[in-house]
Amino acid sequence: MTLLSVQNLRAYYQTEAYGISRTVRAVDGVSFDLVPNEIYGIAGESSCGKTTLIKVISGNIKPPLKVLEGSVNYSFGEYKVDMLQISQSELRQNVRWKQISYVMQGSMSVLNPVRKVIKTFQDIVDTHERIRDKNKFLKQTHTHINRLGLPTDVLNAYPHQLSGGMRQRVAIALATVFQPALIIADEPTTALDVVVQRGVLHMIKDIQAISNNTVLLVTHDMAVHANVADRVMIMYAGRIAEEAPTESIFNAPLHPYTQHLINSLPVIGEKSTKASLKGSPPNLADPPSGCRFHPRCPYVMDECRTVVPDLVTVKERHRVACHLVEEASL
Amino acid sequence: MSANGKLLDVQHVTVEFHIGGLVGGTLLTAVNDVSFSLESDKPEIFTLAGESGSGKTTLSRLLLRDLEPTRGKVLFEGRDVSTIRKRSEFIEFMKKVQPVFQNPFDTFSPLRRVDAYLFDTVKNFGMASNRRDAAEVVDDALRNVGLSLDEVRQRYPHELSGGQIQRVSVARALISKPTLILADEPVSMVDASLRMEIVNLFQKLRDEQKVSVVYITHDLATAYYISDRIGIMLRGYIVELGPVEDVLERPAHPYTQLLKESVPEPAPKSRESWAKHIELGITEVKEYGRIGCKFAGRCPKVMDICREADPPDVRVGRQTVKCYLYSEQTTKADTGTQS
Repeated sequence: MTLLSVQNLRAYYQTEAYGISRTVRAVDGVSFDLVPNEIYGIAGESSCGKTTLIKVISGNIKPPLKVLEGSVNYSFGEYKVDMLQISQSELRQNVRWKQISYVMQGSMSVLNPVRKVIKTFQDIVDTHERIRDKNKFLKQTHTHINRLGLPTDVLNAYPHQLSGGMRQRVAIALATVFQPALIIADEPTTALDVVVQRGVLHMIKDIQAISNNTVLLVTHDMAVHANVADRVMIMYAGRIAEEAPTESIFNAPLHPYTQHLINSLPVIGEKSTKASLKGSPPNLADPPSGCRFHPRCPYVMDECRTVVPDLVTVKERHRVACHLVEEASL
Repeated sequence: MSANGKLLDVQHVTVEFHIGGLVGGTLLTAVNDVSFSLESDKPEIFTLAGESGSGKTTLSRLLLRDLEPTRGKVLFEGRDVSTIRKRSEFIEFMKKVQPVFQNPFDTFSPLRRVDAYLFDTVKNFGMASNRRDAAEVVDDALRNVGLSLDEVRQRYPHELSGGQIQRVSVARALISKPTLILADEPVSMVDASLRMEIVNLFQKLRDEQKVSVVYITHDLATAYYISDRIGIMLRGYIVELGPVEDVLERPAHPYTQLLKESVPEPAPKSRESWAKHIELGITEVKEYGRIGCKFAGRCPKVMDICREADPPDVRVGRQTVKCYLYSEQTTKADTGTQS
């Protein structure tokens, strides 16, 4: 039983002006499944294709972004959706916010600064489901807010009156009004400090535990994944480098990039010297040949420069794209 | 260098902002009675850490003389920075105190080549008399950060990676041979795989160039990694100050304890302790306006006295803590030895 199945997805940005065309291969052959009732983490540095992947799976495909190949299929119980074929009106009526919702990074930009929070709730509910009985709507919103453990005062406040953490939690409350099957959280805590980050992530975990939906948590912070996610996918330059349950990815990372990401994090109580990777993240308009990590990899072999490594299953639910690992498993 | 041997001496500094209309409105104390100092003969990395809205950035603006304190004094090499009036004196001050900003892509205009900024800085501070000397000065500064002029000459910001351009930003600050660098969240916008090279760079500058660094961050893990001393800020106060090992390994103030507990460890074994629920503040202004300890509303060990007046600074081990918890203990210990 899967909620979302992404197969061999290729999504490129194609631009053409004055006869010069440019292709940015942001998502290049990504396949993964989401099952109901899990927190799935996606990690990777900026410009590795995380956001493009989210755009495609949330049905937000606008030029210059183009899907060249692959499929994105949802099954919300009996209701099946092919994200690449669905019409805009159906997407708005039945899928967006009802089945898939989105928590964005900057909560201040999500909420309208000149309208009270309750009005923003009203706007969102009204867009997807006409409000006929205003009292009923108010009552439902109050119950929803209480269920998430937020004080009802926030509904009558303006966004600037709330603290950053509370705003972000209001943004999460907005994303969950219709109890969607999938919540996509794109860097939900990046701008927040650690104490508030902890509170916001607790709330996401609580919602997930209450309504048994799936959370797709995108953040570059490996420490957050270690504490929140059930499974983690590591992306590098538009491809999946490694995917595994949280325990195995942190206890036995197999891809050199994952190993670096985990080992380079400073930890309180330990002062050993940490190093950066040499080189810089690749330009996706002109990615390196073979394994895209090879110019920065400490264990690079001749094979890596020419042959693209396949994403192979090495253990139960543990997939890695690296020539080293292939050799080890043979 | 200076009379009292202190590079930077912040003495009981308070900054108040008036918020609201001309008639109504309230006073918001962004920095409240903050004191700390850096020695001139012992370069160190001093971290100011705290959540957003704790006054870190206001304090850094004070140190750059971008803002004047409502009360208190900021002494740089023994001189009160608010008495700097003449332009020549201000240039001398700027030569010695240089900032590094958060987002390197905002620091540099996308339409201007990055080396132009480096040459401008040389010109503005009069570090070289002709173009060839200037190139040498720029190249020197770039070599200190592991780059060279050939690598950045004629390059636009988008042609460099986040790590490289942040290093150019540090190199720009180094041109005037400063004794103090103020780095406000210098790594938060840099990619994870490149972050450590910037962090390591500050350590190298301290050890090789004898530059002191005031490192402003909310990331306690990198703060622990590079700094010598740390000051934890909460709503304008420094609530705990001391060597980084003591403060972060054995935090004394309940707020520091909460902070330390909230730092997610990059290992799944800490999941259970981290998942313990915590209380968050609802609005920002409420905590600023609180009388007494600003943390009283969230503190697990709150006492009646905490809500009445500001807690005193108490010395606990090698750190200074602003908390009633320890003032009682010390008085108890005193009476204990007497009897």
